Amino acid sequence: MAHFFYDTTAGHVILIVLEALAVLVPLLLAVAYLTLMERKVMAAMQMRKGPNVNGVFGLLQAFADAIKMITKETIIPSGANRFLFLFAPFLTFSLAMLAWAVVPTGNGLAVANINVGILYLLAISSLGVYGILIAGWASNSKYAFLGGLRSAAQMVSYEVSIGLVIVSVLLPVGSLNLNDIILAQRHVWFCVPMFPMFILFFISALAETNRAPFDLPEGESELVAGFFVEYSSLAFGLFFLGEYANMILMSGMVSILFLGGWLPPLGIAPLTWIPGPLWLIAKIIFCLFVFIWVRATFPRYRYDQLMRLGWKVFLPFSLLWMIGTAGFLLATGLLPQGMS
Amino acid sequence: MAGIDLKAFLLKEIASGMASTFRMMFRPKATLNYPYEKGPLSPRFRGEHALRRYPNGEERCIACKLCEATCPAEAITIESEPRDDGSRRTTRYDIDMTKCIYCGLCEEACPVDAIVEGPNYEFATETREELMYSKEKLLENGDRWEAVLARRLELDAPYR
Amino acid sequence: MLTQIVFYVFSAVLVTSGMMVISARNPVHSVLFLILAFFNAAGLFLIAGAEFLSMLLVIVYVGAVAVLFLFVVMMLDIDFTKMREGLQRYAPFGAAVGGVLFAELVMTFLHWETSAVVVAPVTGGLGEPGGPHTNTAALGNVIYTHYFLPFQGCGLVLLVAMIGAITLTLRDRPTGRRQDISLQHARRRQDTLDMLDLPLGNSVEENGGFRRPADSYYVTAIPGSYGIPAETPEAAKASAAKGDHA
Repeated sequence: MAHFFYDTTAGHVILIVLEALAVLVPLLLAVAYLTLMERKVMAAMQMRKGPNVNGVFGLLQAFADAIKMITKETIIPSGANRFLFLFAPFLTFSLAMLAWAVVPTGNGLAVANINVGILYLLAISSLGVYGILIAGWASNSKYAFLGGLRSAAQMVSYEVSIGLVIVSVLLPVGSLNLNDIILAQRHVWFCVPMFPMFILFFISALAETNRAPFDLPEGESELVAGFFVEYSSLAFGLFFLGEYANMILMSGMVSILFLGGWLPPLGIAPLTWIPGPLWLIAKIIFCLFVFIWVRATFPRYRYDQLMRLGWKVFLPFSLLWMIGTAGFLLATGLLPQGMS
Repeated sequence: MAGIDLKAFLLKEIASGMASTFRMMFRPKATLNYPYEKGPLSPRFRGEHALRRYPNGEERCIACKLCEATCPAEAITIESEPRDDGSRRTTRYDIDMTKCIYCGLCEEACPVDAIVEGPNYEFATETREELMYSKEKLLENGDRWEAVLARRLELDAPYR
Repeated sequence: MLTQIVFYVFSAVLVTSGMMVISARNPVHSVLFLILAFFNAAGLFLIAGAEFLSMLLVIVYVGAVAVLFLFVVMMLDIDFTKMREGLQRYAPFGAAVGGVLFAELVMTFLHWETSAVVVAPVTGGLGEPGGPHTNTAALGNVIYTHYFLPFQGCGLVLLVAMIGAITLTLRDRPTGRRQDISLQHARRRQDTLDMLDLPLGNSVEENGGFRRPADSYYVTAIPGSYGIPAETPEAAKASAAKGDHA
């Protein structure tokens, strides 16, 4: 047989759909179990047991929650903009899924190994704010609106420092391709020479995903639940899924930019036997654990502190670091020259 | 001042806080495994209501309506008529458990220890209607919990 | 073939959403249509092989600029009847501006001459997949090498604009609540907390009455906020301490 099925156009489309499913189905499962992991880890840190009734160690709890969520009643508040109200959670969810198209799980192994992968990720994550802003506005509720505004200001602010951190990572790489970024970390992961940027990126990722201690958009003590006060049932579920998928995505970004993606910690025999995707998954799980650990440890930031941290500490520091990195690379001749 | 700012910049306190929570993960759990393990209850615990009977099977309640009068949530509704033997008894004794605040004032007011709040706190229902308790339901509760109820009253008596 | 279909889909949606931006009644819808237009423009860039530009369009315009638009527009309190009143008054002026623009466009098209000399690309291979440069590298080369000074000039203009905007909106009101973070970090437990061993059964009065901390929360306030007039921190500290112990 000279022609394989996937050489035809139809076959090609089907292959892409299958590839997308191969990423999305594990991702949705991962989201389900991330909620369980969060509850279990938080419980352990607060000396509680956490869910342990549904299944062994509560392993079926995630599905019980999902079924409960789906069977609840969808309530659309009066005076809400119906289309935008229902569009917002869908947008949040689909953006969180779309971003995974470029994440490499092995050497060159991604649904789309595009040249500007890191920019694509940045673009998608910067779009996440629309779901929240639209939800806040379309709900026709003061709390939701305030939550949406807070979140927009917060995400836009921290995107600036995230962008600058990414630029300082890209300087020694010389490519926007995620696979190249990982391959550039063959000898040493970027979290070692750029440790401050690693911490800074992680904290910005917390702010970008609206996670504790920066979960002001949903600060329940003042805004009830922030931008999704009015949501229920499946619409709420989509927000929830999107939020957790974004957490996984941000962990993936941390792993790719600073922890060497699918590379093993050392290029020696027993470690290289473990396939790349498993390394990436292990690193993502570690980052997620830190996400939850931070949530269990720190109280919520005050809003003025949050803005001060973003604009007066992170922005100048990352800018300085970027200039310092560029100067260092230029001085030592380590700046990648292959491109020009 | 500079030293303090440096300490904040190096996230020293953040790190020590996170170390503290990490250590807590390995402590023994402080919680009860609730549906399988339960904590002890005081004899004064105020749970689900019950109407008690005398040992001969006669209901205690004399329809004095003191509980109805004292109930701050106005959850109790009583109607009464003289019975054929001339004694006054309730024809209707309803408690709206969705209104009840479990303050225990009905129990305090009752001159004959008829209405009491028992140790049962697991009476959740799937509909609101099931929480509108009638006289039959309350008497049935009393019959079911009588041994416990009597013991609790006896234990609490010295402090009354 | 497929590319052409995709191109026409993107263009059609782009033009339609562009029309909707100016015709939508609700300004929030206008901004959302603007975002949709940006998106489709990014898609067109992508088809043209300029993936860097397309991502930049999404990141900068959709991810930041339009968010701020939306931010402002959502907080507008729009009275449609008032807007219609305005229409009567401003319609002639608007029509005049539109007419001038239209006339200019027509004149431009009438005198459109395609130059016979094709300007050679500065670096060559811009966007060619097999070329020596990737798109991004070529762009960087053009901006940072060939047009370095104009680029810096743009940056300077934007910086001046930013400083201008900040100066115009920055008002010094003493009612703000700003905190000196360094002072707050420098506070110790003994500054705020007195641990006392009190005998049981005494009233508050018998235990010496209510006590106030040695220094108050306002110690960390930046002068010129919390209603404290702008003065030296020492004076603020002294007055705050005095007020608390009185």
